[in-house]
Amino acid sequence: MGQAEVITPMYSSKDYKSTVKPIWCPGCGHFGVESSLFRALAHLNLPPEQVGIVSGIGCSSRIPAYTQCYGFHGVHGRALAAATGLKLARPELTVVVTSGDGDAFSIGGNHFIHACRRNVDMTLLVMDNEVYGMTKGQPSPTTPGDWDSKIAPGGTGVNPFAPMAVALAAGANFIARGFAGDPNGVAKILVEAIQHPGLSFVQVLSPCITYRPEEKFWKKTVHPNPVAPTRDPAEAGHRLLSDDGFTTGVFFIGDRPIYTAAVGVGEGSLDEIEEHLAI
Amino acid sequence: MNAAINSLDELLTHAHALEHEAVERYEELAGQMEVHNKPELAQLFHKMAALEQQHVDKVKSLAGGQPRRLAPWDYSWQTEESPESVPVGGGHYRMNPYQALSLVLASEERAESFFSGVATHTTDPVVRETATQFALEEKQHAELLREWLTRYPKPAADWNQDLDDPVSQE
Repeated sequence: MGQAEVITPMYSSKDYKSTVKPIWCPGCGHFGVESSLFRALAHLNLPPEQVGIVSGIGCSSRIPAYTQCYGFHGVHGRALAAATGLKLARPELTVVVTSGDGDAFSIGGNHFIHACRRNVDMTLLVMDNEVYGMTKGQPSPTTPGDWDSKIAPGGTGVNPFAPMAVALAAGANFIARGFAGDPNGVAKILVEAIQHPGLSFVQVLSPCITYRPEEKFWKKTVHPNPVAPTRDPAEAGHRLLSDDGFTTGVFFIGDRPIYTAAVGVGEGSLDEIEEHLAI
Repeated sequence: MNAAINSLDELLTHAHALEHEAVERYEELAGQMEVHNKPELAQLFHKMAALEQQHVDKVKSLAGGQPRRLAPWDYSWQTEESPESVPVGGGHYRMNPYQALSLVLASEERAESFFSGVATHTTDPVVRETATQFALEEKQHAELLREWLTRYPKPAADWNQDLDDPVSQE
């Protein structure tokens, strides 16, 4: 314990919790992710009013209601767009986007790609349970193609989306994966992700015990990344494309410049512009 | 095996986190049971939270105030979280009292095992004495829970079968 970092307690995870009780199913992995996020914010000693948590739609996207931080529960798939606006307008805030595999990779798939490309300084936390839980268990972009269910007999037959590889190709500046059953491990990743400049993407495998009860066994499947994160995108790409999808840890740490709002000097007064636009 | 804890300060730092996180998790489970209309189980978890809060207060008293805090990943746990916390994923909206008590019992047993391990491996006599006392208290909780367990039936094989799965919408 001699090497351990001692924290000067200012905020505890409780300070980030609202009085609204989560409506997630008991046993849901999202409880672990919520704990991780609040532990990370407490570790960073961030005042709740200096943090904005932005979400879209889905079970995971309920988090803004459960926190004392500023929260914005937005439109399905558009959390990254709203968060980009928030970060550019209020760069002093720590902005965290909480999303799910459907919200981030399907409905919001295009925003996901371009948020990585744009590289605004914020953290995208995707709680990936490989299913649309809120709407009773439809296959999502990350559901294995052979997942057989009442709603998709025989499976979809579609190759699952590879979010980390896509994030790397699109330009995300920090890429990591965690497991909801290891809240302290995820908290550590989130601390690094929040501190790293640019768009940090953290995929957290978060079991849906109601519609994907077999995911309870993910705790036996996940395994830590045996190698240190790389700064080389080519090496990261090789690792991600050969990964089994259950490796946890930080994969890639980039150094691309972050996107900030460039305020230019417009030509003409507002009246002149209005006159120009008049029909 | 736990990493050796060889000062009272280290022990109280760990004990405080262990008990505090147990309180938080029990309250979280109580909230889950309230949301899913399981008042009997909510009451059980509230009761456990209150019991563990007494341990938090005792540790604070021994430390003469708020013990120091480490980064969550720097504690010497051998489990994913502090040993007395019911693991994430432990609950279920259809669980019965027997299952809830079993979860709690397992948490108390992990806590006892943690403190016993500290007592066994420490080189410091004060740490050994204090950890032994903490382990004994956890053991007493576990014995009480084992007695409670005899009052409830084990769950039926189809306990988790639900013909109308929940929809998490308001």
